[in-house]
Amino acid sequence: MRIGGEGPIGRGRRIGFTFDGRAYQGLAGDTLASALLANGVRVMGRSFKYHRPRGVMTAGSEEPNALVTVGRGGLQEPNLRATQLELHEGLAARSQNRWPSLTFDILALNDLASPFFGAGFYYKTFMWPRAFWERVYEPMIRRAAGLGALSGAPSDLRVEKAWAHCDLLVIGAGPAGLMAALTAARAGADVIIADEDTRPGGRLNAETIEVDGVPGRDWAAEITAELSGMDNVRVMTRTTVTGAYDGGTYGALERLAPEVAARPGAPRECFWRIVARRAVLAAGALERPIAFANNDRPGVMMAGAVRAYVNRWCVSPGRSVAVFGNNSDAHRTVADLLAAGVHVSALIDARHDATCSLDVPFYPGAQVSNAHGRCGLEAVSILTPSGEEKIEAECLAMSGGWNPSVHLTCHMNGRPDWREDIAAFVPRPGAVPGLVAAGVARGDFSTRACLQGGVAAAREALTALGRTAPEIDIPGAEDSRYDITPIWSVPGRGRAWLDFQNDVTVKDVRLAAQENFRSVEHMKRYTTQGMAPDQGKNSNVNALAVLADATGRAIAETGTTTFRPPYVPVSIAAMGVGGRGKGFAPQRLTTSHELSVARGAPMIEAGLWYRPSYFPAPGESHWRQSCDREVLMVRNAVGVTDVSTLGKIDIQGPDAAALLDLVYANTFSTLKPGRVRYGLMLREDGHVMDDGTTARLGENQYLMTTTTAAAGLVMRHLEFVHQCLRPDWDVRMVSVTENWAQFAIAGPKSAELLNGLLDAPVADADWPFMSCGPVSVGGVGARLFRISFSGERGYELAVPARYGEALFRELVARAEPLGGGPYGMEALNVLRIEKGFITHAEIHGRTTAFDIGMGGMVSKAKDCIGKAAAARPGLSGEEREQLVGLKPVGTVKMLVPGAHLFEEGAEAVSDNSQGYITSAAFSPTLGHFLGLGFLRNGRARHGQRVRMVDHLKGVVAICEVQDPVQYDRDGGRMRG
Amino acid sequence: MVELAPKSPLAGLVPVTVGRMTLTEVDLGRLTSVAPYRGRDEGLSEALKAAHGIAAPEPGRVTGRVAARASGRDEACAIWFGQRMFLLAGADPDPALAQYAALSDQSDGWACARIQGRGATQVLARLTPIDLRPAAFRRGHTARTELQHMAASITRLGEDDYLILVFRALAGTLVQDVRQAMQGVAARGGG
Repeated sequence: MRIGGEGPIGRGRRIGFTFDGRAYQGLAGDTLASALLANGVRVMGRSFKYHRPRGVMTAGSEEPNALVTVGRGGLQEPNLRATQLELHEGLAARSQNRWPSLTFDILALNDLASPFFGAGFYYKTFMWPRAFWERVYEPMIRRAAGLGALSGAPSDLRVEKAWAHCDLLVIGAGPAGLMAALTAARAGADVIIADEDTRPGGRLNAETIEVDGVPGRDWAAEITAELSGMDNVRVMTRTTVTGAYDGGTYGALERLAPEVAARPGAPRECFWRIVARRAVLAAGALERPIAFANNDRPGVMMAGAVRAYVNRWCVSPGRSVAVFGNNSDAHRTVADLLAAGVHVSALIDARHDATCSLDVPFYPGAQVSNAHGRCGLEAVSILTPSGEEKIEAECLAMSGGWNPSVHLTCHMNGRPDWREDIAAFVPRPGAVPGLVAAGVARGDFSTRACLQGGVAAAREALTALGRTAPEIDIPGAEDSRYDITPIWSVPGRGRAWLDFQNDVTVKDVRLAAQENFRSVEHMKRYTTQGMAPDQGKNSNVNALAVLADATGRAIAETGTTTFRPPYVPVSIAAMGVGGRGKGFAPQRLTTSHELSVARGAPMIEAGLWYRPSYFPAPGESHWRQSCDREVLMVRNAVGVTDVSTLGKIDIQGPDAAALLDLVYANTFSTLKPGRVRYGLMLREDGHVMDDGTTARLGENQYLMTTTTAAAGLVMRHLEFVHQCLRPDWDVRMVSVTENWAQFAIAGPKSAELLNGLLDAPVADADWPFMSCGPVSVGGVGARLFRISFSGERGYELAVPARYGEALFRELVARAEPLGGGPYGMEALNVLRIEKGFITHAEIHGRTTAFDIGMGGMVSKAKDCIGKAAAARPGLSGEEREQLVGLKPVGTVKMLVPGAHLFEEGAEAVSDNSQGYITSAAFSPTLGHFLGLGFLRNGRARHGQRVRMVDHLKGVVAICEVQDPVQYDRDGGRMRG
Repeated sequence: MVELAPKSPLAGLVPVTVGRMTLTEVDLGRLTSVAPYRGRDEGLSEALKAAHGIAAPEPGRVTGRVAARASGRDEACAIWFGQRMFLLAGADPDPALAQYAALSDQSDGWACARIQGRGATQVLARLTPIDLRPAAFRRGHTARTELQHMAASITRLGEDDYLILVFRALAGTLVQDVRQAMQGVAARGGG
């Protein structure tokens, strides 16, 4: 319930919200957890395995119990921590992992069966029958155990990513972090200070501690104001640094304030990559629970959290509060509660030598042994030196000590060091290069030590940055000693929880040890301790202490499990921002794209490019109709297609010819200017890398064409060859792919179409097959290449890309009266299969020049990359699968790419495979299917029959082996 | 004679205005990639000065007044464009340069955009990993880097004023990515 007090929440604006459909009111500045506590709501969730009612336990990102879901459909977000969820008007939160309701959950029956559900239960129980695991047991278990769920709809949550760079990153804005930031900022360094809370101050926001004679939170606000006013400082609130990575890079998740996130276009979260030359880890510490029977009852909370709710949010978690601790924080808690007017029913201090100056029932040397009240704490049992007592309390504030937040220092494989005097792990210096820990995160517990530690850490960073640290006064603050007597678990009957989120108890850890899972990593995996969304923040040290006890080892020897990023849960959406839908890859569009789409062409992806599949004509309802028409159009009249996507590399310099002779299997130094030659490029290992045509534009200038898919690969290869193999050569190369829009004009009427368009017509005498040169179109300087990928008389006309759309429109408009028109990738593919021209379907990375019948192209007169390796035994000869053409000659008239080839009588098993089909299509020109494929010793087997079997589609066809060139074998049509 | 109408890479896609930020298309005039031959770097720079009044830029730098060129002023500038290569903008390259360097026409290869207005730096911080702090990336500094998933050339023209070049064919994706980042920044009250 809300109490009077001077917390910053004051008399904040009232805010309406709902939880499980019921309406409540809270105040501006509340979290969902503080608002629910203020409304007397104690049960906020159900536990993972046993479905036990659970209440809020902490006041931070480590919260294990109060997880809720907000939003519906594409906006649904599960597993949000109520302790971090800022209250805003209209917030509708729902509890999770319960049915039918939070207060009455049928699966709580699991709790009664708990004796059977210990660690390893599933492994031991659901072994038989084997087939049942996937179909019966697993779905059943998954339904019963779990957290919140996704809606199943694609996420509509808007998330962004961003980069930031700084000299010093300060992680955490408590007393140490603020002083570190202030010191570095005053020295002129670029500082980013990030804190996951909505306001800087850290524990100062939750305590009644004074700094510099004023309330700590006021001091923090003052320092924050100074920092915010400096140009070289960025104060990032609501931002959790989630991971430490190589090169001083840190990941950080920012949750935008609800009122900002609600604006149109605003993201809900931003995932930051912060690059910092140095970093200070001032992340504070997390308070650890004490394991005793039923310590998970709603109302059992961390003492530090109770102080936060009382001091910051003016909320008392119960009408009467008992306090249980093993360190001086218990006394601080009682003092704050009394000051706020909350009834304290007992102070139970496990330290035998403890004294108390407060006016409350005091039990030194006592321990809480049990908690009573199923849906809300009613009383606790305590073991005192004189016997057992029962004390009434609606809330138990417990403190088992503090664990410094060492997590980030372990993200690069560092291990923390155990410090016996404070019974905690502390960061090992140097575990993350450039990062030093300060304040509580380093094991310095008093406020004064934190303030000092922040300055010292900043000084160290400034020295490394080559800056002079300014003189800075350390503000006055409490400097009390942290006095702790460790207790990990209270002996007794009943289950005592270690990992609240994953329902792991002391008994489970002992069982793990008993079954010889003695390594802390094995114990973790056997019990699932530390594997929930809180990643063991609340349970890690307790669990390994229990394990150490059970195995008779020291804690330092037992060690801890590995902390890995992220420190808090981060949605995949936040990590992969921008990668959803079309954001997955940029869209590379040709100049003819819009016109193609306007003609109804379905676009297919080729690398990042989009190319038209076919251009449906009126009345065509199937792609084959369009494709067949387009093929015949090219064979009989003229077709136009955009080939701008092919890579174009401008290669210039005195050694350009030498470079080409080295990278191509065949020779280019002998090519005359104004001529084009087909070239085959090998990898170093002797297999084919790519093919294409290269034109010699001038004595020292070549224009290389690559396939669409391999443009980047070839460019990289050329750079490698030049920079690493022949840096002595004077040659330069640059991609000009984007500068030119290039269109293939193919068919018997191609010259007619072209000459109607060019400013000066071209004649065959000047423009034989494989020639190139400059032409003019409408006064625009263009390049013309007489080359063909269709087998027909063909030209490729290239204009500066700004004229691409206009030229395509013109070409199509002029082709149509000639009985021609545009053609797409499907027709292009059929045309080249008919001609036996290869693509990357054939040069797929495992084929050699010999295999594709181009062994003779590897020049004997010179060396080239891949030549030596291609000569290795096994890469040529009869045993190789060689390129052949195939046509069906049996009753089944269809060929399927990917199908394997067998001897006619052989069984269709992999051992008998003689080869496979790489490309197949129906040829409207020849009236039947055609295939290209690789067949063992295929070139010697023309005229033989083989059996094609496609096991996936269930197609079997008898084929005849023939030459890969299945149309116009002498090339008369192409040469004109 | 046929008449071919030219179309600029960002035609119909810009201007985009969000808050106080705008994304517009820039006409840098003729673009030529200039890649010096072996040992000709100094000669090239001299020839460039003689012909166009600007020196060859050092890595990560520009020479000439890029901001003025981007604003439509008819003057030449040079933008470093990669390993031993720069982009000569706003001038027909003097034929004399060809003996020092490989020249390739790139006038139609690049979509040239300018993002201006308060918040522009924050927008780029959402798209590119480079350090944009004023001390690290000053006016006249340029970088070949990533812009979301695209290879880009980014040049600082002013405090919140940048020139962005991406492949012409990626113009649509550029506008989409920048617009989305602008909306995010504007919604935070940053632009």
